[in-house]
Parts: sequence; C-alpha cells; structure tokens
Amino acid sequence: MTELADATRTTEPAPAGARVGLEGLVRTYGATRALDGFSLAIEPGEFVALLGPSGCGKTTALRVLAGFEQLDSGRVTVDGRDVGKISAQHRDMGMVFQSYSLFPNMNALNNVAFGLRMRHQHAAQRRQKAGELLELVGLSDQAQKYPHQMSGGQQQRVALARALAIEPRVLLLDEPLSALDAKVRAELRDQIRQLQQRLAITTVFVTHDQEEALSMADRVCVMSAGRAEQTATPATLYSRPTTPFVAEFVGVSSRVPVEPVNDTVTLFGESCRVRPSDAGVPTGEVDALLRPEDVTVTLDATAKPFVTHKSFLGAITRVIVQVDGVAVRADVRSDVAADIELGARVRLAVVSRDVLVARRAPARPAPTD
Amino acid sequence: MAALIPDVVEDALVIVEPPSRRRWPRLRVWRAVVLFIAGAYFLIPIYAGLRFSFENDAGHLSLYAVKAIPSEPGFSAAFWLSMRLAVVTLALTLVLMVPTSVYVHLKFPRLRRLLDFVTILPIVIPPIVLILGVLRAAPLWLRASPYLLSLVYVILSMPFVYRSLDAGLSAIDLKTLVEASRSLGGNWLNTLWRVVVPNLRSALLSATVLTLALVLGEFTMASLDLWTTLPVWIYQFQQVDAHVSTAVSMVSLVGTWLLITLIVSLDRSQSRRARRRTKNS
Amino acid sequence: MTSATSDDPSSVSGPGATAPAAGGADVAVRRRRRSLGRALAPVAAMAPFSIYSFLGLGVPILAVIYYAFQSEQGKPTLSNLALVTHGSYLLGFENSIVLALITSIVPGILGLILAYAIATSRSTLLKRLVATASGVLANFGGINLTFMFIATLGSTGILTAWLSAIHLNPWNFGFNLYSFYGVVLVYLYFQVPLMVLVITPALGGLRPSWREAAENMGASSWRYWRYVGIPVLMPSVLGGMLLLFGSGFAAYATAETLTAGTVTLAPIQIGSLLAGNQLAGQENVGYAVGLGMFVVLALTMILYGLVRRRASKWLR
Repeated sequence: MTELADATRTTEPAPAGARVGLEGLVRTYGATRALDGFSLAIEPGEFVALLGPSGCGKTTALRVLAGFEQLDSGRVTVDGRDVGKISAQHRDMGMVFQSYSLFPNMNALNNVAFGLRMRHQHAAQRRQKAGELLELVGLSDQAQKYPHQMSGGQQQRVALARALAIEPRVLLLDEPLSALDAKVRAELRDQIRQLQQRLAITTVFVTHDQEEALSMADRVCVMSAGRAEQTATPATLYSRPTTPFVAEFVGVSSRVPVEPVNDTVTLFGESCRVRPSDAGVPTGEVDALLRPEDVTVTLDATAKPFVTHKSFLGAITRVIVQVDGVAVRADVRSDVAADIELGARVRLAVVSRDVLVARRAPARPAPTD
Repeated sequence: MAALIPDVVEDALVIVEPPSRRRWPRLRVWRAVVLFIAGAYFLIPIYAGLRFSFENDAGHLSLYAVKAIPSEPGFSAAFWLSMRLAVVTLALTLVLMVPTSVYVHLKFPRLRRLLDFVTILPIVIPPIVLILGVLRAAPLWLRASPYLLSLVYVILSMPFVYRSLDAGLSAIDLKTLVEASRSLGGNWLNTLWRVVVPNLRSALLSATVLTLALVLGEFTMASLDLWTTLPVWIYQFQQVDAHVSTAVSMVSLVGTWLLITLIVSLDRSQSRRARRRTKNS
Repeated sequence: MTSATSDDPSSVSGPGATAPAAGGADVAVRRRRRSLGRALAPVAAMAPFSIYSFLGLGVPILAVIYYAFQSEQGKPTLSNLALVTHGSYLLGFENSIVLALITSIVPGILGLILAYAIATSRSTLLKRLVATASGVLANFGGINLTFMFIATLGSTGILTAWLSAIHLNPWNFGFNLYSFYGVVLVYLYFQVPLMVLVITPALGGLRPSWREAAENMGASSWRYWRYVGIPVLMPSVLGGMLLLFGSGFAAYATAETLTAGTVTLAPIQIGSLLAGNQLAGQENVGYAVGLGMFVVLALTMILYGLVRRRASKWLR
C-alpha cells in the first residue's frame, strides 16, 4: 500500500511540500536524554514551530530530521518513507542556521547557487535561479556582495534563499532570527511566513521565542525534556493549554492555591470546573493556573485583595493583586485601569468557568540549564 | 487580545545542546597514524637527549653527567646570568606591554593595527640582523653591560606577549569591566591592578612563560654579544664533555616544561574553582 | 538656595556670594585641565611603548641600513651591496631562500595535517597537550635542539643505532646530519609546531554550520573541502607558510650550532662577520647582508599581511 502511494507521489510532483513523521525519537548524550520519545506528525505544506526552553531537545529534533544526528531509536519518515538511512547530503532538506552560515569565500549569488552546483546544474541556469531567489528575498542588488559585507539580516535572507534554491522537500529553520536585532527580526519573520505560504513548503521552525512561534506557525509543538508537551494551533495552545508546563511556558499564568472537591474548585468565591489535563488530575496540594485576561478586577473598598503593581502595556494595563499572600496578575483595559490606584482594594473574578490545575510547584518550571 | 510578554525568553538564550557529529572510523585510523608519526618524530629526539644525558662515555647508564653539572667551571655564573636576564626582561616587558595593550584596547582600538604591526616586526627582523644593528648603535657603556641583552629580549618577546595579551583582552569585555570599576569609584591604577589584571591572568601567564622560555633559550644574540649565558655555556662546554652539555640542555628543557605545566595547571584549577564559586552563588 | 542665603544677612557677603563665582572658575579650570589632559593622555600612554620600540627596533634597523651604504672610511658607497649580490654571499642568500622554502612548504603541510587531526579529535586532553607542546616546541631551537638531534641521528645517535641494527644506517646512504638537509630535518622540529599554532585558530574558525549547510545542500565531504573548506582556509595556510618562511630564513642558532657554521647561509655569514672573520676593507659587508635579509623578510611579511587580512575577514 505505502509503496504504491510512494510510487504515485514520485511520478506526479506533489503540489504541496512533503509529509513528515517523527515517531518516538530517542537521542541520548551520555546520561542526558536530549530526545525522549518525541513524536510529531507534520502535514504537507504546514508550518510547525518547535518551541521550548533551551535544552528541551528542539534543536536536536531538527538536526535529527536534517540527518545531522543519529537516533538511538525512533523513526523519521518523509512522505511515508523512512529516511533514517539517508545521509544529510541526500535528504533534500534546506536548512537555515542560527549563526549566519554563509560560506565566507563566496558572494551572495554563489552562496545561493551552491546547492544547484552540487546538483550539477549548468552555470547559466544556476545563476538565473539564484538571481530569482535573491529577488524573492529582496536582495537582488546584493548579489555580488560577500557575507562580511552584509548585515546580519541580509545574511539570513541569503541563507533562506540558499536553502530554498534546492527546492527542498522540507525547510528547516534553526532559530534563524535569534541573532538579529528586534526590528530586523520582525521584518524577517513576516517575510519568512509570506514566502512559506506562497511556496507551500513544509517547514519546521525551532525557536525559544513564544511570540515568534505563535505569530508564525500553523501549529506549535511545545517541547520539554525531550518530549512534546502539546501540539496545537497557537490559539488553542494559548487558550486551552493541556499541561501545566504549557500553561506557564506560553503566555503568563498566575498560580493560585485551590482545594479541589471532586471536579470543582473554589476561586475567589466562585465555583469552577477543573479542566482535564494531559497530565491527569493532580492530587495533593494544587494550584489553579490563571491567565491575566481571565481575571477581572473590580474596585471594592470592602474587599481584602489590594493592588501592588501596575504596568502599562498599551491598550491594556497589567495589575498585580495580592490575594491572601499570593500575587495574581490581571489584565485591565488601560482606561479602566487609570482609576485603579496602587493599594486600592479590589474584588477578583474569573471569566472562564473551567480552570487548569497543577500540582503545587516550589517555583516556576522555566528551566535554566 | 492580551499582549504576550516573553517572560521566559531570557531563560532560554543559550543553546546548550551539544553539537555532535557522526564519527567516521576511517578518520580515526587516519588520525592515529598521523599522531603516531608526529609522536615518534617529536619524542624520539627527546628520548635520545635524555638517554645521552644519563650515559657515560662507555655507553652505560650513569648519573655522572647530571651530578657533575653544578661543579663544572663557569656553569653557575652562566646560570645566574641567564636568570637575572630573564627576571629583568620579564619585568620590563610586562610594565611596558600591559598598560599599553590595555590602553589601546580601551581607548584607541584603531591603534591596534599599529600595535599589531610594530609587534610583528621582531619576527620580521631576524635576531641576527637586530643584534648587528644594536651592537653598532648602542652606546659603549650599555654595550659593556649584559643587561643590553635584556633590553633587546624585551623587543624579541613583544610579538608573543602582545599576542597573548591581545587575545586575552579580546576575550573579556574590557570596556564594560573598566566602566563598571570606574563607576564604582576605582581610579585608573586601581582598575588596572584589581580588575583588568586578574581577568587577564591566563594571558599574563602565557606571556610570562613565553618570555622566560625565550630568554633562557636564546643563543644568537648572547653568543654574538659575547656573554656566556646558559645556552652559550652549553655550546662551549660541548668540547669539554658532550654528556654534561647535553645533560644541562635536557635539564633546562625539562625544567621549563615542568614550570609551564605547573603554571598552566595552577591557573586551570584556580579558574575552575572560580567557576564553581560563581555557580554556587 | 540663593534666596535662602540672601535672607540671612550674615552670609551674604560670606561664602554664599563668592562660592558660585569661584566654583564656576574652578570648574572651568578643571575642565580646561581635563581637556588638555585628555588630549595629552594618548600621547603619554603610548610614549613608553613608542620610544622603546623606536630605540630597540628602529635605531638598530636604521643603523644596519646606514652602514650597508657606508664604506670603511665613512663614505657613501654601493660596494657592500655589490659584494653581497655576487659569489659566496649570493650563494648564502640562495641557500637560505631554498632552506626557507623547503622548511615552510613541507612543515606547512605536515602542520596542517597534524592540526586537523587534533582539531577534529574530541579529546580535550589531547588538544591541551598538543597546544602546550606546540607552544614550547615552536620556540624551541638552537642549542637544545642541536644536542637532541646529535643524540638521535648523529653518527653514534640512538636512532642511527636502531636503524643500523636493521642495516639501514642512514649515514651509509649519504645522510649527514651536519649538512644542509640535516638542518632541514632539524628545522621541522620547530616549524611543524609553529604551523600547528598558527593554523589551529583558523581550523577552529571553520564553523560546523558551514559543513552542515554544505552537506544539507547535497555536497559530499570532498566537495565541501573543495568548494568551502580549502578556499576558506587557504589564506590562513598561506599566511602560516609565510610565517614559517620568515622563521626558517632568519634562524641562526640551530644551523650554527649544528654545523659549526659550515653551511653557507646568510645568517651564518653575518655571524661569522660579526665574530671578526672579515677581510680588510670589507668591515661593513655584514650590514649589507643584514639589509638583504631584511628586504627578503619585509617582502614576506607584506605578503603575509595581505593574506591575513583576507583570512580575518573570512574567519571571524
């Protein structure tokens, strides 16, 4: 069956990119398990971001896919075919690296044309193709420049053109924006997304920047300790995190101690349902995880909670409210927040009637090293 | 829509996943062959030198040559002359080069090219040509003193010393360190002594080692300036007893190596301790 | 502040009134002094180094150049130069250049191979060991090295003995340690480590991501080296070889002590002249040989500067 499917796919060129499957990937370095049973299925033409703190295995996963890392166990498939035995050289995957990896001895045009040269295309043909790609990334006028004569943003755009030149089955982006400054980063972010949509190329994007991941990707896979925590669209990931790690890693959550009774908890005097989590319903001491925008703040001189901090973020203002010794973050429209002074007594309420709970942790789980 | 505040970003700026590559067994065999040949070429002469030092004329193992060293005529004079020259050279070199390199790095990065150029000249100009000019140009009273050699050795050591200082200075964020110290009220001398120098420790150590090795092994200038430094004595004594000469040469060699190893490992354990301390706090 | 002091009559004529003016003048003076200090600071800071370098390097070089054009009677002349571009002095230069060429190209290649073998190894112990050893051996030369090689390959050396035990005594095959090729063999001992020292940073500057990017785009290992690795390293390798050329060309002590001054090399000729072995009327010919060496080395280093500039752009 699969062989037949492969055959048909190879005879007629697929309009979209390849379908990628990562199944139960395990990769260890000595005692550390960089990948610990990581699985992910990527649809053709899909843009998936691997998001996680450093050391979570996201880069390893990408390098396994590219063929730079060997697996201890697990399977990598492209369009259903196991590519484990295929070396990086023959995998047809375009990769953009975090450090500008342009060849310093070649100008922009020759860098882009390098992959075509490796595919024995004629000089005239590869020059033309490389020229087109440089145009695509808006750098036609830089074709003769050498990497050391270009800015970081320009270098990364050339690197992108270079990766695209070989018409890769999968485009791999390894934190391509993290070495750039904020403005260039935002520009390039949009450009990558637009190009990806236009070319409908299957893309895997590794980042530790949640804003990047949520704004660019079709789906985001949050990773932790070599495993996928949750894979979902950005909206779902943000509004319906299924694990405490995701709830705290993506966006901001406040922890409020609660005591679950059956499937309900009482929060600020109101009863809320406990949302089922992938991690199961925790036992013992638990916290509710609350998004700032899920908490409303009303001035009430008789209430015990009081405002300790205010930070203006544009349309909204984030206030931090002290409730029984716990700091709860809440987002308030800035015009409303203008009336709330520091120290003001307020009443809190939750917007959503179901909340995610997690076992009480000594500190936030954001890992360092 | 709530703004997403990347609270976590700063936690995750460093990528710690080790870059690892497949290893080709072919490469390993090739490396072993290369290392074996290199090892043989570099170690056999050392072995031969040591062996010769511990032999008597009949070719039997003997300690007589090593034992005889201190009492050989002229040895101790030559030894102490070399030591004095080394100390004077080292002091002059550091006093001259450390403030200059720091100042250029900090205030006049553009002058680095000039410094690069000047400090490479002693490599361009062969010692033999340099001493030719020095002996002609130096005033008589200076030519009569062995410390003329120290003055010239400072020039000879400049390339090594500047290069290790330059590397050390480039590796630390000198500007920030100095600005921090200055803003906390340190004056220039204090800053140099308490902030810059400690952070340059490895660079200074390697500069020191290179300078000492250079002075203790220098033959060309000393022999042409007619001062019997240790290397010159060794060469001259060869006619008297080649075993003793070789023994002195090997002892000075092994001594230098031990010194280097000692200094380097001291430095390493110290920096390791420092790292542990910062980790704990 | 001012109103407060004027309310109090006792302080009006006191420090309250004069302080601002005096303070202003003080600040101005201090500012002027500081700006003068700022202008002079670089000069003062660079002075010791500049003066020392001029006296220690500039003056001797100028002396060599000056006396190369002086006759013994103190008259300007070209006869010294004419003398060194002919006959045995010319031969000395030729031999020195050939020696420097051989001892730059051969150790250049060997050093590159060795450095690559070490750079690609994972053993940090090995790397440390080799780095330290190279640092020591590269500055090694002269008398110690001579003795070690005499003990190894001299007519009664250890390796000579081992080889003659299997009937391969090199001395029976025309080898002579105390000759030109003996000097070549001995020079390898410091030239190879020097190359390792010079080229290792360049090898470290080869980013793994270049290799991975190349691989990613379908390049085999060989083609990575062909199109990226070797071209990128080329300036550094050339630079390293030029440095070796300079070091081989200028070396005196090893050749002098090994051959007792019997090989015809430019530095040995200078040493011999300096030691007083000169013909009457040719006292200044040594300076002309020195000038010649200086010119050869200056050309070498200009080339070195050019290739290094390219290397530093590529391998940042």
